[in-house]
Amino acid sequence: MPRLAEHMMTWSDLKSALAGEGYVASDDLAVALQLALSLGRPLLLEGAAGVGKTEIARTLATVQQTRLIRLQCYEGLDAAQAIYEWNYQRQLLTIRAAAEGGETGKAVEDRIFSRDFLLERPLLAAITQEQPPVLLIDEIDRADEEFEAYLLEILSDYQVSIPELGTITAVTRPIVILTSNGTRDLSDALRRRCLYTYVEYPNRTTELAILNARCPDIEARLAAQIIGFVQKLREEDLEKTPGVAEMLDFAAALLGLGLSDLTEDPAILQSTLTTLLKTQSDQSQITSEVAARIAGKAA
Amino acid sequence: MSRVTKFAARDPGPLARVAGFIAHLRENGLRLGVAEADIAMAALTEVDAIHPDESRRALRAVCTGCKEDSDRFDALFDSYWMDAGRVKRKIIPSPSPTTSKDVHSSRDAKGEDAGTSGAATSPDTEGGEAESDGTGKLIATEQRNLSRRDLRDLVRGDEIAQAEEVARRIGAALRDKRSRRRIADRKGDRLHFRKTIRQSMATGGEPMRLLRKRRPDRTRKIVAICDVSGSMSVYAQVFLAFLAGLMRADTSADAYLFHTRLVRITEALRDKDAMRAIGRMSLMADGFGGGSKIGPSLMRFADTYAKRFVDGRSVVLILSDGYDTEPPQLIATALEKLRKRGCRIVWLNPLKGWEDYAPVAGGMAAALPYLDHFAAANTLADLAALETELATI
Repeated sequence: MPRLAEHMMTWSDLKSALAGEGYVASDDLAVALQLALSLGRPLLLEGAAGVGKTEIARTLATVQQTRLIRLQCYEGLDAAQAIYEWNYQRQLLTIRAAAEGGETGKAVEDRIFSRDFLLERPLLAAITQEQPPVLLIDEIDRADEEFEAYLLEILSDYQVSIPELGTITAVTRPIVILTSNGTRDLSDALRRRCLYTYVEYPNRTTELAILNARCPDIEARLAAQIIGFVQKLREEDLEKTPGVAEMLDFAAALLGLGLSDLTEDPAILQSTLTTLLKTQSDQSQITSEVAARIAGKAA
Repeated sequence: MSRVTKFAARDPGPLARVAGFIAHLRENGLRLGVAEADIAMAALTEVDAIHPDESRRALRAVCTGCKEDSDRFDALFDSYWMDAGRVKRKIIPSPSPTTSKDVHSSRDAKGEDAGTSGAATSPDTEGGEAESDGTGKLIATEQRNLSRRDLRDLVRGDEIAQAEEVARRIGAALRDKRSRRRIADRKGDRLHFRKTIRQSMATGGEPMRLLRKRRPDRTRKIVAICDVSGSMSVYAQVFLAFLAGLMRADTSADAYLFHTRLVRITEALRDKDAMRAIGRMSLMADGFGGGSKIGPSLMRFADTYAKRFVDGRSVVLILSDGYDTEPPQLIATALEKLRKRGCRIVWLNPLKGWEDYAPVAGGMAAALPYLDHFAAANTLADLAALETELATI
């Protein structure tokens, strides 16, 4: 199996390459990613929703100039959705057409069970690429345990057996990133096979860097206020703590409304809070007085 | 002065040190196999291993597998590699005799050992449960009622057999209909294309027989949590027999007891000999008939075991009267946490059978909004009658 060309890259190179694409990674995450690349192991990322777990895979694909193949997991996800499926309708048509053309059994069978009639789903697609893609298995905790067990098999052998066609072995080994929101405990076997990083909410400096990378034309003072506000808001006892994605929405909303100072207009501030607070109880808890107080502290 | 640990001169080299570190982590409850030492070595060659911070990050990515491990990792790393310049003589610790195979649940394994080591009347070592508990200490040791009852006086063998039957029927009633995978079935609701095409080859590509598939029912996992505090002791006979029967009928079930603290009794109850199982359980249920701390016990359950054993296909059966000495708000918070794991919660309260019972006890009132089903159960017959009701949740 060919080694990845980038394997001489150090983690700080990787970190700056990611930063160049607008993703500010923590040192822990950068080291883990670099190890995942150089050791060829899957990387399991856990953390609250909205800390940028999915985004890292996207950015990594851009940095590596390769394809991102995404498999979104859900309860009841099965082999037909994740690995491959035969194109049955097309097979039926072909059989009928062949019968009219007078073609015989064996030839037809060979034809309809060939790669042309195979619908590649993400896992199969990921191991048949010429250039190793980034395979993102998103929210693995939503899939059920049977699927997890199957995934283990793929992640250790990188091959798929199709009864009608034989075994398809990986051309290249994809860079696998799994994410989990912790709605269910993953099996120890899966955890063992992966490198692991818990992605925390970014600290003030990191988050400011993220905001500046994503909204380059934001004023420095407003940027500092936004970060201060969001960081303070995370300390409140909320049902759903706002993540980085929400912070960026918040900043975009403020920019769109042309606000240059958070403390300027409490009414506008309150109306933009819908980008940060996503449950009814959180919204009723952060009244405009509370918001103004937090904004005052952040300023 | 360097904070880094010094190694003795006769130390066999970095490979042994890393192996020693892996052994150190394993001793401290991280689940690591042999392969991890290799990967850790490989990882260290990929980073600038001279710098402790780089090694720390690399080893953290390799050696940890969940948030708890990740949080503890720094301390473990420091204690091995950053021992303030002290010389480490022995790299690989000799395995301690108490290390159990299943490092995560060392507490259960301890109780199990205690159970197998002697008869139910043999004194339970007080330290046996508190030591080697890692960071999670047992709660409320001060207030424990140390009265010890042999539960074998309470439960008779034939009752267990009866309970087993009840438990088996309840288990069968609790089927999950939400499966999204389909399996071949004659009366299925969808066409099974794959099989149909296969079969049609025999008839020259004409799909003569349409094969179907349906969603299979899944069994639900029952997690039973039984209150054995003083106020519940009259009903303990029924419930303990039920637990014992449940564990014998259903191999995926899980059982816990609580009074002022929570104990997992699943392993003990799996004993082939039903009465010995009860004996082992009574060793673990030290403090039986004491005060009840429902809130903290459920909280502990939600924070620890539930993360591993409760998922969307679980039914949590709580057998308790709801009389709590702690603030009822704790019960509500704990149940809310449990609910978020997607499980069903059924509360069986022996008092509900009383004529004008109203769930006014603070704890019970706080719990009500989170329950899928709230029913009475005093006798095995009552439990058996639940079968039809539970089938609908």
